[in-house]
Amino acid sequence: MQHYNMNLTLKVWKQKNSKTKGAFESYKVSNISSEMSFLEMFDVLNEQLVSEGKEPIAFDHDCREGICGMCSMYINGRAHGPWSQNTTCQLHMREYKDGDTIVVEPWRADAFPVIKDLVVDRSGFDRIIQAGGYISVNTGNAQDANALPIDKQKADESFAAASCIGCGACVAACPNASAMLFVSAKVSHLALLPQGDPERKTRAFNMVNQMDTEGFGSCTNIGACEAECPKGISLENIARLNREYIGSMLSGSNAEGLTN
Amino acid sequence: MSWKNYFSTSIGKKLQMSLTGLFLIVFLLVHCYVNAQIFYNDGGVRFNEAAHFMGTNIVIRITEFGLFGFLILHIVQGLSLAMKNKSRRSNAYAVSAGNKTSAWYSRSMALLGTLILLFLVMHISKFWAPNRFHQLTTGEEMNLFTAMREEFQTLWVVAVYAFGCISLAWHLIHGFYSAFQTLGLGTSKYKGTIKSIGVAFSIIIPLIFLMMPVLFYLHIIA
Ligand code: SF4
Ligand code: FES
Repeated sequence: MQHYNMNLTLKVWKQKNSKTKGAFESYKVSNISSEMSFLEMFDVLNEQLVSEGKEPIAFDHDCREGICGMCSMYINGRAHGPWSQNTTCQLHMREYKDGDTIVVEPWRADAFPVIKDLVVDRSGFDRIIQAGGYISVNTGNAQDANALPIDKQKADESFAAASCIGCGACVAACPNASAMLFVSAKVSHLALLPQGDPERKTRAFNMVNQMDTEGFGSCTNIGACEAECPKGISLENIARLNREYIGSMLSGSNAEGLTN
Repeated sequence: MSWKNYFSTSIGKKLQMSLTGLFLIVFLLVHCYVNAQIFYNDGGVRFNEAAHFMGTNIVIRITEFGLFGFLILHIVQGLSLAMKNKSRRSNAYAVSAGNKTSAWYSRSMALLGTLILLFLVMHISKFWAPNRFHQLTTGEEMNLFTAMREEFQTLWVVAVYAFGCISLAWHLIHGFYSAFQTLGLGTSKYKGTIKSIGVAFSIIIPLIFLMMPVLFYLHIIA
């Protein structure tokens, strides 16, 4: 593709902290290369702001290669921008043309309070993991790798679920601000493996319970999460989570370790 | 831990919606089958027979209480979930994805449900309630066939019924699949089949219902 430069107008959400009300602010950036990533374009804008003696825009990022899940930006109405199965850091400016206006908002969910500008607090996810997204293992020497035979298909499905990077795009995209896709991925990758068995009867309930406590909405099977997930986590995982939940309800309701 | 706890988390509430929804789907099938007797166009003989059975059989009458119970639970739980979910994002997006990432009817279940509820209020007050009142006071059922024939001579009544059936169809397109997904059956193996059956059901059943007022209005059934 031919390289080109562009001038853009950005409307970015500015908010001091979770207590104050935010508002959009307009910025102009010029000479943006079509080969830059979306975050590099933000770097250019921030350098410009710093040199003008203004405060740069706060945004989250870390790996910039689509694996850490930090780069939360809601771009022109889409979580991580318009490309499917993609993160903001992997969105490239060739998507845009000269003269475009781009609206950038933070993830909006009451369970993800804004820390500053585009940075939101996603620690609710950590607490959901703490509620059940773990396995209990005995310490000691590592086992022989093949001591526990695992179905190839199950291993693959588990791996696919484990590819969730905890970015929160599912919450951002969900009209109910539900975290069900995230929870289902985290439950699934453990439920499919024998290592996940000891907590099986408590995991689904405890994690869902924690999700509710954190103030995420409830899942109504709309599917916007699946459409926006950068890692292609599918609704099948939510079906599996539901099965795990029903299973626990029918057989394990007196299992030890259930919260509530 | 009690089942009450299991039914009060967000998945638990979703299970309530799914199970009551499936019950209502079965009810729609039975209701449709009974009412479809009018298509014999025999002056309502077969229809009134079937209606008489439904109105007097003890098992059916007991199930009717269940039906109202489940219907109310479905409505109350559905509306309360919709309101709670709305409150989970106090600051709305300035630009929203709209139909690019999800279907409008999936996002509008509460609205569609409310439209169906408004329709139901009118529907019940036209047929079910007067009939039960008649039974109570005279011990006899009304002639529901002639009642239908009379009601469906008015254009706006037919229009409201059409509106009710269309709302029902959209509500079902999401609801049918959703009920099974909630039970954990939305796997790659079954999802396609469930969706196809769901769409067929959501079109065929409301269409049959819709034909009733329309055919009466056009005097094709008399
Ligand atoms: S399920 Fe997808 S969208 Fe949600 S946190 Fe995981 S990777 Fe992000
Ligand atoms: S910065 Fe790590 S995924 Fe985008």
